[in-house]
Amino acid sequence: MTRLLSDSAYLLESLPEIWFGLVVVALGVYLLLDGFDFGLGILYAEATESERQTMLAAFGPVWKANEVWLVLFGTVLFAGFPAVYANLLSRHYLLVFAILFALALRGLGSKLREERDDEEWVRFWDACFVVGSITSPFLLGVFVASWVLGEPSALAVGPFVVGLTIVVLTVVLGAAFLGVKTDGELRARVSRRGQLATATYLGLFVLTAVVLYGRYPELQSTLLSGSTVAVVAASVAFGAGSIVSFSRAWFRTAVVAAAGLAAAFVVFVGTLLYPWVDPAATLTITDAIVSPLPLNMTSIVAAIFMPVIVGYFVFLYSLFSGPTPATSY
Amino acid sequence: MYPSRITTDPTLTTALLEVGPWLSFLSPELASRAQFGWAITIHIVFAALSVGLAPFLVYFTVQEVRTGKERYARLRKFWTKLFAIGFIMGTVTGIPMGFMFGTNFAAFSETAGELIGGPLSFEAKMAFMLEAVFLGVLLFGRERVSDRFYAFSSVMVALGAWLSAFWILVVNSWMQTPRGHEVVMENGVPIAQLVDPVAAFFNPRFPWMYVHMQNAAIISVTLLIAGVAAYFVWKNRDSEVWNTALRVAVVVLLLTSAFQAIHGDMYGRHVAETQPQKFAAMEAHYETGSADLHIVAIPTELDAITDPRADNLYTISIPYLASFLAEGDPTAEITGLNDFEYESPPVAWVFWSFRIMVGLGFWFIALGAWGTYRLWRGGLADDERLLKALMVSAPLGFVALITGWYVAEIGRQPWIIQDVLTTAEGVSPALSSSEATLTLIAFVIGYLLLFGVFLYVFKRLLDEEAKRHEVGIDEDDRPDAPGVIADD
Repeated sequence: MTRLLSDSAYLLESLPEIWFGLVVVALGVYLLLDGFDFGLGILYAEATESERQTMLAAFGPVWKANEVWLVLFGTVLFAGFPAVYANLLSRHYLLVFAILFALALRGLGSKLREERDDEEWVRFWDACFVVGSITSPFLLGVFVASWVLGEPSALAVGPFVVGLTIVVLTVVLGAAFLGVKTDGELRARVSRRGQLATATYLGLFVLTAVVLYGRYPELQSTLLSGSTVAVVAASVAFGAGSIVSFSRAWFRTAVVAAAGLAAAFVVFVGTLLYPWVDPAATLTITDAIVSPLPLNMTSIVAAIFMPVIVGYFVFLYSLFSGPTPATSY
Repeated sequence: MYPSRITTDPTLTTALLEVGPWLSFLSPELASRAQFGWAITIHIVFAALSVGLAPFLVYFTVQEVRTGKERYARLRKFWTKLFAIGFIMGTVTGIPMGFMFGTNFAAFSETAGELIGGPLSFEAKMAFMLEAVFLGVLLFGRERVSDRFYAFSSVMVALGAWLSAFWILVVNSWMQTPRGHEVVMENGVPIAQLVDPVAAFFNPRFPWMYVHMQNAAIISVTLLIAGVAAYFVWKNRDSEVWNTALRVAVVVLLLTSAFQAIHGDMYGRHVAETQPQKFAAMEAHYETGSADLHIVAIPTELDAITDPRADNLYTISIPYLASFLAEGDPTAEITGLNDFEYESPPVAWVFWSFRIMVGLGFWFIALGAWGTYRLWRGGLADDERLLKALMVSAPLGFVALITGWYVAEIGRQPWIIQDVLTTAEGVSPALSSSEATLTLIAFVIGYLLLFGVFLYVFKRLLDEEAKRHEVGIDEDDRPDAPGVIADD
C-alpha cells in the first residue's frame, strides 16, 4: 500500500513507458473503431437511399461509443503527460479545432438528415456527413504526423501524405465493417471498394516511408531498423489477407486484416516517436511524465477500468452483431 | 511573459499575422475566456439536460416495466428522444472544451496537469464510456434486450451522467478551493504537484458545488417537463399521459427548488469564507464594513447596469443581512472590493447574474407551491393561468443554471486557480490574438447554429406529439381495448 501511493517511486519501474504505450494504444483503438465509421461515411457517398438507411442503421448504435476513444486518448495523454498535452494542442491550435469541427459535421450530418422529409435538407446533411467523414481522418492523420515528425506546422509534405494514407485506411476499415453488417448489392460493391482501398493503402504506406526517409534525415536509422521492417512486412501480409478476404467475401476475416493494418500503422507511429513524446518541444518520456503519485493513482484506475471498457465494447458489438435490417433504425 | 517550454507554430502564426489586424481586436486572454465561457454557456444546457433527465428516464422506464402502462412508455419514448439529441449535442459541444485546456490554456494545463489530468481521464473511463455504450442500448436495443435489462440500461446511463458531472466538478471545485497540492518550480514553470489526492478531490467546495449543480440540473429539467406537460394538458385536459407527467413535475419542482434555496443560502456562507472577493462582487460591496442584503436591485441610471455599486442602486434591502449570512453576525465587517490586492472580477456580470439566479429561484418555489396546491385541492389541469405560467417558465431553469455558472466562474476572476494562478498566466503563451479571435468567431457561429438546430428538433418532437393528440391515440392505457381510439 505504501508503494501504491508512494510519491517518490513509480508502481512499476517501466510505468512511464507503459503510459506511453497506453497513449499509443488509445490512439490505435480510436483509429480502428472510428475508422469503421469514417470509412462507412466515405462509402456512403455512392450509396442509394435504401443502402444509406442500412448503413446508418449499422452506424447508429456504435459511433458515439467509438468516438469516446478520442476523448480517452486526449485524457490519457493529459493524465500521463500534461506538458505534452499543453504543448501539442496549443502548437496545433487551428488544426485541433478544424478536427473538432470536422467531427461535429460528421456526427450531426448523420443525425440531422432524418429530422425532415425534405429532399434538399436530407441531401445537405448527407453531404455534411460525407465531407466530415473524409476531412476528419485526413486532419487526424495530419495532426498525428505533425506530432510524430516534430513538425512545428501542419503545412508540410509529410503530414499531408500521412493524412491521405489514413483516409484510405478508414475506407478499408469501413468496407470490412459494412461487409459484416450488410448483404446483397451493397455488399458486393464494398467488397470491390475494399480491395481497391487496400491496394491503394499499401502503395501510400510505401510512399509515406519514402517521403519520411527523404525529408527527415533524423528518422533514417529508425526507418531502416528491424521494427520498421517488421511493420512493413506485417502491413503487406495483412494487406494481402485483406484483399483475399474481400474477394472471397470473408468479411469477418477482412475486419481482422483491416484491424491488423491499423495496428501495424500505430506500432509504426510508436516506433517513430519513441523515446520522444513530443519531439518538437524536445520532450522525452522521462521529461514529460507526470510525477509518481498521480501516475500510480491513475494507473490503478486504468487497470481496473480498461478491462471493463473492453467488456462494454464486446457487449455492444455482439448485441448489435450480424447484418442490419434497414427497419431497425 | 510567463515562462514556459511551450513552443510556437511559426508558419500558421505568420500566415495569420498577415490578416492579423482584421482579427486581433481581442487579446488572446480575453478571446480565450470568451470562447470558453460561450462554449460552456451552450454546453451546460445539454449537460444539465443529461443529468436532470436521466433520473426521470429511470422513473418512466421502471414504471413502464413494473406497471405495463402505455402512458409510461409514451413518456419514456418522448423524453428518450430528447435525451438522445441532448447527448449528441452535449458530446459535440463538450469534446472541444476538454481540448481547450490544451489549446487555449496550455500554461494552466502544465501547472495543473497533475491535479486535473487524472479526474478528467476518470471521467472518460468511468462515466463517458458507460453513458455512450448504454445509450446505444437505450436508443437501438429495445427489441434486442429484455425489459429488465432495458430498465437496467437506463440506470447505467443515469449513473454515467452523474459520474461524469462528479469528476468535472472535482476539477472545477479544486480550481475554486485548491487543496492537496504543493507548488514547485520545474524549468521555470510552476507545477502544482499532487501530494494528497483525497484532500484535492474532496476539497471544501466539492460537496457544495455537486449538490447545488445536480439539483439545479434537476430543477431545470423538471421545469422543462412541467412546461411541455402543461402545453399538452392545456390542449387536451384529459390526456392521461401528460397529466401524469404534470403531477410528477410540480411536486418535484416544489421539493427541489425549496431545497435549492436553503442549500444555496448555506453555500453562500461557504463562499464568503473561502472566496471573499467573489462574495463581495455578488453584493457589489465596495467599501469594507457591515453589508446589507439586497433582495431587489433596480438600476436608476444606465451606468449602474455596467458598473453596479450597491450604494448607488435603488434597492430593497434587509439591513445587515449579508453580514449575518456571511459571518452569523449582523455587524461583521465584510471586506469591500476596494480592499483586495488583486483586481476585482467583472462585478456587473457577477452581481446581475446572481440576482437573476436567486430571483428565478424564488419564482420556481412559487410555481411549485402553486402547482402542488392545485394538485392537492384538485383542478391542476383546469388552472389555465398556472398552465400558462408553467409553459412560459419552461426554459427559465436553464437561465438560472447559466447565471449560476457565471457567478461561480466569472466571480472567481482574476484567478484561474484561486490564489495560485491567474487566468492571464494560464493562457497559452504562444497563442496569437488572431488565432484566438478566429476560433472564437467560429464557436459563436457554430454553437448558435447547433443550438438553433436543437430547438428545431425539439419543436419537431413537440409537433409529432401534438399530432398524436389530434388523432386521439392518447388513452391507450387500457389493455382491454387495444387499438381503440378514444374520444378526446
